[in-house]
Amino acid sequence: MNDQYIIMVTAVMAVVTMLLRFLPFILFDHGEQLPGWISYLGKVLPPAIMSMLLVYCLRNINLAEGNHGFPELICVGIAMLMHCWKRNTLLSISVSTLLYMIIIQSGI
Amino acid sequence: MKRIIRQVFPQTIPVMAGYISLGIAFGLLLQSIGYGPVWAFLMSLFIYAGSAQFLAVELLAAGATLVHVALLTFLLNFRHLFYGLSMIEKYRGTGVRKIYLIFGLTDETYAVLTGYKTPEGLSDQNYYFAVTLMNQLYWVFGSVIGSVAGGIIPFDTTGIDFAMTALFAVLVVEQWKTHKNHIPAISGFAITVASLYIFGADRFLIPALIVMSVMLLCMKGTLHWEETHE
Repeated sequence: MNDQYIIMVTAVMAVVTMLLRFLPFILFDHGEQLPGWISYLGKVLPPAIMSMLLVYCLRNINLAEGNHGFPELICVGIAMLMHCWKRNTLLSISVSTLLYMIIIQSGI
Repeated sequence: MKRIIRQVFPQTIPVMAGYISLGIAFGLLLQSIGYGPVWAFLMSLFIYAGSAQFLAVELLAAGATLVHVALLTFLLNFRHLFYGLSMIEKYRGTGVRKIYLIFGLTDETYAVLTGYKTPEGLSDQNYYFAVTLMNQLYWVFGSVIGSVAGGIIPFDTTGIDFAMTALFAVLVVEQWKTHKNHIPAISGFAITVASLYIFGADRFLIPALIVMSVMLLCMKGTLHWEETHE
């Protein structure tokens, strides 16, 4: 426990994180028309990044050993299928999360 | 005010489930190395980046140097550079609130704001602000709860943070249905999986982001990107 140290660590992390979040705006947000390539990237990146974040959430599953990542993969599959079917966000998420909790907690 | 909450809250429920449970885990961990609720509160208020805060616990425990802290935070949060690119046009005209909107642009807030449209009858800037603020409230609340009372939660919450994974799964489907052209979604997936395989779970995000951006830029002339807006 060292108050000065945690304050410094918090400050450094906050500043670096803020810098990364603000930089695109500082560089490119000058009120005029955005350069074509940025405007384009801004539109095509969201679907690509959403796929990336899904993979990011699943990065620690081990396909080769243990439960082979079945609980995660099955529940992600269920969330996506339910969403294709009903397109109700809360329903897709609550059903798949509850199922995941049951599987994990019962140690199936 | 009430109407804003009523319309925006449902969209943020998955983030709430994820942030409160992960926040509790963070508060508990921080408590375990000897830093109490005040520190959990301050870190969640000022840093407001989940994965970086978990890393902070390890760094604090190890007594890492500040240069080391800065470097690891930079690598871990590098992806946020790319989120801003999609929000420059959206955030125009949001006035002074823009500063907070940019400060609070986490993975989950980015995902909600690019995945859904502004509910009817709400102005864009009220909607963006409400989502960003509610999400940070969940995170701060969760981390303080975890710090104060994490050990005495009466039911087993193991696995509840899967809500966040499920949220991204749902938003992948939403993006798929919103856009006619599926090349960005497919290449984002394929490149990330390949990068994970090549670089491993600790360092695959930056190469994946750079490769997918360069590839999408190279396809700029041929992609014929249009939004269908069902």
